[in-house]
Parts: sequence; C-alpha cells; structure tokens
Amino acid sequence: MSDQTISPDPTEPVRTAQRQAAELDPYGLTDAEGPASGRVFNVSDYGDWDDVAEEAAALGEERIVVNMGPQHPSTHGVLRLILEIDGETVTEARAGIGYLHTGIEKNMEYRTWTQGVTFCTRMDYLTPLFQEAAFCMGVERLLGITDQIPERVNIIRVLMMELTRISSHLVAVATGGMEMGATTVMTVGFREREKILSVIEMITGLRMNNAYIRPGGVIQDLPPGAIDRIRDMIPSVRKGLRELEALLNENPVLKGRMVDVGYLDLTGCIALGVTGPILRATGLPYDLRKVAPYCGYETYDFDVVTRDTCDAYGRYRIRIDECYESLSIISQAADRLQSTPGPVMVEDKKIAWPAQLAIGADGMGNSLDHIRHIMNNSMEALIHHFKLVTEGFRVPAGQVYQPVESPKGELGAHLVSDGGTRPYRAHFRDPSFNNLQAVAAMCEGGQVADVVVAVASIDPVMGGVDR
Amino acid sequence: MSAEIPGGESERGRPDADREPDDRPSDNHPAEQVRPDAHVAQEAAPTTREAQDAALVDQPTAVATTEAEPEVVDLRRGAFGAHDTGDTSGYGGLRRPVVFPAPAQRPLDGWWEGVAQVLSTVLPEDDVTFDAAIEKIVTDRGEMTLYVRREYLLPVARRLRDEPELRFEVCSGVSGVHYPNDIGRELHAVYHLLSITHGARRVRLEVVCPDADPHIPSVVSVWPGNDWHERETWDMFGIRFDGHPSLTRILMPDDWPGHPQRKDYPLGGIPVEYKGAEIPPPDERRSYS
Repeated sequence: MSDQTISPDPTEPVRTAQRQAAELDPYGLTDAEGPASGRVFNVSDYGDWDDVAEEAAALGEERIVVNMGPQHPSTHGVLRLILEIDGETVTEARAGIGYLHTGIEKNMEYRTWTQGVTFCTRMDYLTPLFQEAAFCMGVERLLGITDQIPERVNIIRVLMMELTRISSHLVAVATGGMEMGATTVMTVGFREREKILSVIEMITGLRMNNAYIRPGGVIQDLPPGAIDRIRDMIPSVRKGLRELEALLNENPVLKGRMVDVGYLDLTGCIALGVTGPILRATGLPYDLRKVAPYCGYETYDFDVVTRDTCDAYGRYRIRIDECYESLSIISQAADRLQSTPGPVMVEDKKIAWPAQLAIGADGMGNSLDHIRHIMNNSMEALIHHFKLVTEGFRVPAGQVYQPVESPKGELGAHLVSDGGTRPYRAHFRDPSFNNLQAVAAMCEGGQVADVVVAVASIDPVMGGVDR
Repeated sequence: MSAEIPGGESERGRPDADREPDDRPSDNHPAEQVRPDAHVAQEAAPTTREAQDAALVDQPTAVATTEAEPEVVDLRRGAFGAHDTGDTSGYGGLRRPVVFPAPAQRPLDGWWEGVAQVLSTVLPEDDVTFDAAIEKIVTDRGEMTLYVRREYLLPVARRLRDEPELRFEVCSGVSGVHYPNDIGRELHAVYHLLSITHGARRVRLEVVCPDADPHIPSVVSVWPGNDWHERETWDMFGIRFDGHPSLTRILMPDDWPGHPQRKDYPLGGIPVEYKGAEIPPPDERRSYS
C-alpha cells in the first residue's frame, strides 16, 4: 500500500541545503540573496519525472506513464494521477495532491476560535457544515459546555448536516455521471442539489461556506417560513432522486461501467483507514451517527445503508439510499423544530456571541435591538460585546478529537488549546485525504477508463484533501 | 473525571487577578455558578475575578487534586497582546503558565483501565515493560491519551492493533503539534486510534521527540493508511518517520524550504488597506493571549 510519489527519497545533502535555505529565509528565493547566490531547487533535482522516463527507457518496454491532471476534467478538481499503463491496463497508479493547499490550519492559529469556523468551512467546500459542526463540537468539548447546548441547536445542526449530506451525495453522483460522459445525470443531480442549496441559503444566508454553526450554538435561528419551505422541498427532492434512480439503477451502460470497478474489500478499507460509503459498500454498517452518536442522532429513526459489492456501483447505490434516509431525518427534525422553541446559543454570556443577526435597511447585520442596547443603555454591554468579538473567549488548555460522519467518511477535528483565545493547533482529518490513498488499490490492474470511475466513487474534494 | 484536574489550590492562590479559569474542569464553568447575569460587570472590572476565584475554592473538585504534576508547556506573559509597545495596561508583569492536564492515576475509569491492564500484560512478551513504553496516561474530557516513548511505539502499536481485547484496527491518522518552549519535547505526534470491533472506542497516542532529533518510527507497517498522514506531518512539522516507505512532501511543493506548521515559521501576509486605514497581516495583529 505504498502510495508515495515515484521520486526516490531526497538525498541527505539536498535536505541539508534545504534546511539551511529555510534558516536563511523561510519563504526562500524572494529576497536579494535568494536565487542569485543560493542554490535553486526544482523538481528535477529530485528526479521526479526524469527518473521515471529514464527508468522506462532502460527497461526498453512499451511502457507509458500518463500524467492525468492536475488539470483534467475527470479528476475531481486539481488531483494529479500518475498512471503507468501497459496498453489499456493500469499497472501502477499514484495520486499527487497538494495543488489546492491553502494553509487553512495555519491560518486558524491566528484567529479566534469563533473566526476559525469561517476558515474550516472552506476546506471541503461541498460539506461546509460538517467541518463547522466538527470544529464547534470540538471547541464545546474543550470548553466543557457540550451538555449546555440547547436542544434546538442540536436539532438545527442535525437538519443542516443532513441537508448538506444530500447535496454532497448529489454532487458525487452528478459529477461521477458527468465524468463518464452522462451529462443528464449531471444536470439532474445539480438541479436537485440547487433545491437543497436554496433551503440552506434561506437559513444561513449562503449556499456554501456558510459559517453558520458557531461555538456554543448557531449564529441565528431559522427564519420565518423555513420549516414550510423544508417540508415543500422534501417531496420534490424525493421525486428528483427517484428520477435519478430510474435513469441509473438498472442502466446497462452505467452498470457496465461501475459494477466490479474500483473494488476495495473490507480488509483493504480497514488497513487504509477508509470510511464512509466505501466502507459501507463492503457490508460493514459503520456509521458514526449510529455507533457514536452526537447531536442527538440516537433519537432519530434512520437506517445505515450497506451493500456487499465493494465496488463503485455499490457506493453509488449507497449514496442515493442515504439521501432518502437523510430526507427522513430532515422531516423528523422539522417536526421537532416546530415543537422545540428556545435559544440557539448557550446561555453562558462569556461564550455566546452577543448579538443575533437581523435584516435591516442596509442588509444583514447585528439586530437593531442589540445595537440600541449597547449604544444607548449599557456601557458594560458595549464593552462586553467589543471584548468578546475582538478578543474572543479563552478555551481551557487541552486537546480533543471530535469525529463526525461526513458524507465521505470520518471527518475528525483535532483541536489543541493552550488556554488562549486562539486555537493552538487545529488539524482536520479529512476523509477524502485518507480515502484517496485507496486509488492505487482500486485502480491497479484495471483499465484506464475505470480509473475515472474509481476516483469518482471515492468522491474526493480537493479543497478538503489539501486544506 | 475529577481526579486528573490540574491546578488546585496552589494555582488558585496566585495573585493573578485577571487570570482566566482556563485549566479548571470546564463543566464547572464559573459563569454558570457565579452570578450568571453579571458577566458584563466582570468584563469591565477584571478584579472581580478574585471573588470568583475565592468562590471556586469551595468546590469539591478543587480539593480532589492528585499529586500528579500537570504538564507545563509554556509561560504566557502579559495580557491584551501588547508585546511591542510600552505596557500601559498594568498587566505587563503577568506570568501565567500554560498547563496541560496532569497524568491520571491508576486505576482508570471504565474500559480505560482494561486497555492499560491488557497492555501491561502483553507488552512484556515483546521484552518491553509497561512503564518503559508508556510514559504517562492522561484522561481528559472523556478521551484517553497514552504517551508512548518513541523507542517502543511499534510494539505498542502492534499490540493495540492485534490484541483481541484492544483491536484498534483503524488509525485515523497522525497530526503534529509544535511546542517550541517545551524544551527537549518540542514536537508531538498525535495518533488517533479507533476500534470498530469494540464499538467505536478511541484512544490517542502521543509520541514526543526533541527538535534536535526529530525521529519517530513509522507506523505504516502497522496501519498502512497512515502513509499520507505521516507524509503530511513530515511536510508540516519536519518530524521524520523512520521506516516510512517514501517520506516526501505531500502538500507543499517538493522544493519548499521549511515546515510551515511549526510555530517558528511565520504565517506571512501583507498589510491591506481598508477604508483608508492600513490593516497589518494577521500574525502582526494583537493576539490577546
């Protein structure tokens, strides 16, 4: 299972020089004494591509190494696949990642815990609310306020996560179809996703990158009419899902492309730490919502969908069936929301965001009642607001690992606090990052065309992989 | 979980008027016990915390402190982030240690004790004693952390994976944490293990290495899925995982100098203009810590 790049280990002298360069200037090669006087490093120093070509030439065989991506329409974003092919057969597959690394985790160390939400929501941009939920539940456990989270907050979080799960699964199916050349699958999938996103937009104000779930609660309650809108959406999306199923489930072309493709059995999944639909397609009903419930998932009535085919087709069917389960959870959550009024933030004023948002004449902002209170009535409230917003709250020192079941598998937030107002370290164990390691196991020995299907069945999102 | 709470009377006695109760068990957060509606006045007058601290000494948890020393990893100076200019806040002399939870005392709660017992039974079969391999056990916030000495990481990892009573068959990856002021223990590698067999039990392994000798054995032979995670931790922290099949950079470009997630690596950035004012880059703004 060695998913390394093809390059040999960098030689020690190069590393030493590299270290020295780092000591001079961590950014390297930008100032005056950069490239002119120092050693210039480039990929060929390590032998990456040249070595491969040389090795191929030395063997004297008809061996072709294809560099698929990072700019390739079928690789789910900027994923680079390095395929060694013999005729139509892939003999070696390696994934190269890092093209979308944006240093989100580093950036989070320089913002308050609340601002961290705005960063982590952008990791896997198709499942923003899962990163937010994992991060916020982690912060709440660090603060020790998990059991003070109001009931309504947990219901809203479940509702938002399940909405996001459907939209993520729909994109997985839609783009997977598009990558196989079935554009109708794409248009239907995105059409249905748009219905979900319009609900999410109504509730959070944004379609993606919502920053809606905050440490201690959510940033605002559901707007009036939201529950009716959700109730209207459910049958409509169910109809769309049925349309997708009618189009795909027994489609001979689709089955020809997907059945027994991208095979990864239970042993392989466990060894590689693969979770989510890929693991459930091996027949193991492992779903964190059931085995380690959070946000009150144990009180909802839903099933863990499994298949025993271990292939891309099974994963596709699991995704569609999970959408139905999510719709059921959403409908249960909507019922509960109607009968569970209450605050959407913890009561602890040292943690709770001071203001609720409201729509004013100039757009959305802090509610006018709050503004009036801090500007007219209470100097202390103004100070409190100012301190909490600029300085943030302190989080007791320690560390937690908070996993949630994202549509793609186990998403874990490892948060370390040193007692300050900012995360000392925030690391996200993104399921796509881990699951992409299975590309080699799924693709080697198969056909080139199957690589696209196998990768699509992993459903990687490079924003989450590279962070 | 009150047994391993750090702090206790010795810290409560410190004359830090503005000190936040940051190492106290957080389920006893002061705001819910002490004047839940008086937060506003508290913010305005930090000295009222003294009364708050005094009130908290009466808590039963405060006296339940064990002899175990909490881990001090850093010392925080001052307040309000005014490090660059003259101190006008009056808090410049403040010294607050950054204290991590203290080791737990055996016996531990619930299945944690079982894990420790099984390990101490089976490790001698590998000619490793439990005390040699496990530096300490911290149980905090419902999670168990085994601090494993790096020499013994592989036997401990194999046993954790293979013993029927343990069966941590999945490793959710490794991430690094850099404590530059924890001399001799600057780099921490943190592994999160999962046992599906035993109903999603989780255990955290923490392995420490000094910055001068950043070597930790690779666990890819035990959990192949840790391959990329170790590459990422090498990339971001410079921890070398010995025995890894190909420890190369994974997120940063191959020729990148330095390891960006280390604390001595600057965030970077440029000042930006906003409505006529110049906003400094994030790492030059006030940090309030």
